[in-house]
Amino acid sequence: MKKLLTLLLLCLLFGNTALQATTTLESYRFSDKQDEQRFKSLVSQLRCLVCQNESLADSDAELAHDLRQEVYEMMLAGKTNKQVTDFLVQRYGDFVLYNPPMKPSTWLIWFGPFVVLVIAVLLLFRSLRRQRAVTQQAISDEERKRLQQALQQSTGKDAQS
Amino acid sequence: MTRYLRYLVPLLLFGLLAALLLRGLSLDPKLVPSPLIGKPMPAFSLSRLEDPSRTLSDSDLRGKVSILNVWATWCVSCRAEHEVLLQLARTGKVNLFGLDYKDERSSAQRWLSRLGNPYSANGFDEDGRVGINWGVYGTPETFIMDRKGIIRHKHIGPLTPEVVDKEILPLIASLEAESK
Repeated sequence: MKKLLTLLLLCLLFGNTALQATTTLESYRFSDKQDEQRFKSLVSQLRCLVCQNESLADSDAELAHDLRQEVYEMMLAGKTNKQVTDFLVQRYGDFVLYNPPMKPSTWLIWFGPFVVLVIAVLLLFRSLRRQRAVTQQAISDEERKRLQQALQQSTGKDAQS
Repeated sequence: MTRYLRYLVPLLLFGLLAALLLRGLSLDPKLVPSPLIGKPMPAFSLSRLEDPSRTLSDSDLRGKVSILNVWATWCVSCRAEHEVLLQLARTGKVNLFGLDYKDERSSAQRWLSRLGNPYSANGFDEDGRVGINWGVYGTPETFIMDRKGIIRHKHIGPLTPEVVDKEILPLIASLEAESK
């Protein structure tokens, strides 16, 4: 009986928190299902500036709540995604965007990894070519004779010991 | 020469990476630079905290070098900053305005009468809309505007006597010296 009661309590506890987490976004009503999807994807691409590793969709911070409301109202007013993100970027900077925009100051972020990849491939080819060059080099007859002598000498010594 | 190069190049690259990471250590990710710096201050019109029948708007801040300090009674570091603001006001060199952000009017009024009021006037931003227009994401924040109403500096976090002496007052002096 006691076990059953604790189980029931646990269910209530966790069921409740799970419900709360999902209701934050559900409380924004849209007449159009498509708009609702657009809202959800938009707020999950925007960063909350208070708790910086959370999106506006996930964050429970006061500011995130206000900004969600702002985005919601702008959408109801018929603003496009670009207009909404521009509004926030003008006030909070590119930092609100999880995807950094393409511009000279972010080129390093966007192209840096590919530049490193190209350099690595070039280095790989160079060292491969060099290896092949070394293996293809044949030894001369003179060298072969000395090699055989050396081998015979060492095997002879082995036999003696 | 080429023999040294194969040791020198990786060493140099490592040095560059280390310098980059070292720089990152001394940066605070909580300080997000404001895109509003160098731009005209956002327009606003709010009822005054002290007297709801009067308004405070951006035009009240224009025509002189001004400071707008964003604060609230629920903000703990604002309490620590308040003493510094009082001292700053006492110098008589600044036009200090306040933006009471997402607060209760009665508790904010009580705060000022109990701790002292360093501000020439306060705008009462109950729903935080003006705060959003100014890119406020945490209190306290302090903006400094030149005569033309261009935002020239933003300090995030509480002002300390050191910040006031080394950053705020010198900047204000140089902005005052700019052509009228």
